[in-house]
Amino acid sequence: MASAIATTLSSRPSRVVLPRATRDSAWTRWLLTGIALAFLAFFLVLPLLVVFVQALEKGVGFYLATIREPETLAAIRLTLLTVAIVVPINVLFGVAAAWSIAKFRFSGKSLLTTLIDLPFAVSPVIAGLIYVLVFGAQGWFGNWLIDHHLQVIFAVPGIVLATTFVTFPFVARELIPLMQAQGSDEEFSALTLGANGWQTFWRVTLPNIRWGLFYGVILCNARAMGEFGAVSVVSGHIRGETNTMPLHVEILYNEYNIAGAFAVASLLALLALVTLVLKSIVEWRQIRAS
Amino acid sequence: MKRPRNSRSILPGFKLSLGFTLGYLGLIVLVPLFAAFLKTAGMSWHDFVVAVASPRVLAAYRLSFGASVAAAFVNMVFGLIVAWVLVRYSFPGKRIIDALVDLPFALPTAVAGIALTSLYAPHGWIGRWLTPLGFQVAFTWTGVFVALTFIGLPFVVRTVQPVLQELEPEIEEAASTLGARRWQTVTRILLPELMPSLLTGFALAFARALGEYGSVVFISGNMPMKTEIVPLLIITKLEQYDYSGATAIAVVMLVSSFLLLLLINLLQKYSRRFHPV
Repeated sequence: MASAIATTLSSRPSRVVLPRATRDSAWTRWLLTGIALAFLAFFLVLPLLVVFVQALEKGVGFYLATIREPETLAAIRLTLLTVAIVVPINVLFGVAAAWSIAKFRFSGKSLLTTLIDLPFAVSPVIAGLIYVLVFGAQGWFGNWLIDHHLQVIFAVPGIVLATTFVTFPFVARELIPLMQAQGSDEEFSALTLGANGWQTFWRVTLPNIRWGLFYGVILCNARAMGEFGAVSVVSGHIRGETNTMPLHVEILYNEYNIAGAFAVASLLALLALVTLVLKSIVEWRQIRAS
Repeated sequence: MKRPRNSRSILPGFKLSLGFTLGYLGLIVLVPLFAAFLKTAGMSWHDFVVAVASPRVLAAYRLSFGASVAAAFVNMVFGLIVAWVLVRYSFPGKRIIDALVDLPFALPTAVAGIALTSLYAPHGWIGRWLTPLGFQVAFTWTGVFVALTFIGLPFVVRTVQPVLQELEPEIEEAASTLGARRWQTVTRILLPELMPSLLTGFALAFARALGEYGSVVFISGNMPMKTEIVPLLIITKLEQYDYSGATAIAVVMLVSSFLLLLLINLLQKYSRRFHPV
């Protein structure tokens, strides 16, 4: 499903010079450009601007004080911890999935890729709900967990699980078409030259896919840090313990601490901008290379 | 190191990689999803109907589906214009604008939610112009629609852009030599070429909007029967410990999402067969 979205490296715009029969009249060009820019200004630029303006509404001092609050720092720590766990295991999954799909023949490949795209079709709230059904107090493992003094829901493991569900397709979706397009010739050559499996992977495959991998990691990271709906269901909103940054933004906003909410939100918005910049760098690099 | 003697490939690691992939998928995705269906299967038919067809739930479905369709449609129209402008025209700052189109993908939904609410609230930057005119956006259906339009914005643009780019100018030139006016070329030749990608983008934006929670829950006001979206209703039921009710509603949403997923895959297959890019 989401493979139709062109946030993959393989499709980026380039400069096109059009002959006369395909050029629109100047009037049309001005009108359409105006409409497009107005639409984008309304829906993209303004929301971005309001985050930063509102964050600084009570001055820089208030902004910094909000960030330094213990609860905010705890939220930042939890978000970073979640990402530190979720992104590497999703990379592992993405590489394994892409290796098996791209380098081998077996039936059921399209079913497998559809299953990998499944989280894009599931609402984040439902993603959280299904983990509550399995690990919650009334869930399948509820009693077992209580007996062993383990907690998944309303604790960090639940947040990690829910975030993993929502973000695991990103790396896989980047690597699968990339590795399929690259083929297996270089790996075969490495084998004939005496390399074993791991050597082939580390020294031949990995360098070839590193930009796709980086791209997938950027997307996965951005989504993991910003995930709200799924984490909202499983976290229990316990301040200082199970609040991620987006949840903390919600709490501050609901307390009418608007400037504080936007202060934390501005950190996330900065992350989004960094993500966009890194994305663009990788994409332009790809255009130049091809 | 042993070479596997099967016909799949001489490369090693098949069992390891496929086994890990399937195990991961099974544990993280399939088993939990199955839990939802199993739980709903355990309900009696009567309870199920009560859970998913009560007036409050139906109102939520109407809101979620209706606003999602409207937002996806608006994105289809404006997304086409944006994609056209980005591909065919040049102007200063185009590259930055092009990168910015992905903002709804990159921005956390909660941040988008409070930003949009702040903009469209009665005294917000945009709201203050609309209030004297009698329009209220925040805490109404319109607010939900606006948030869902933001969320779906990149889908149509990014689906149409590559198709527009691969279009050969020869088609338009041929039409022009045969006497077609520019307007006719656009509506009769280009639009049909773009239709599969437009529909795919529409379906993607619609599917995303259906399940959206973070960007909507702030601006909607969450009034039952009026501005309560389905994901919020699920959370409300969970907070009331009505697990069965929440799961039943979720299963209905899951089935619609899977149908949409199927439709999108079919659309993609169709567009690849008849309009190869």
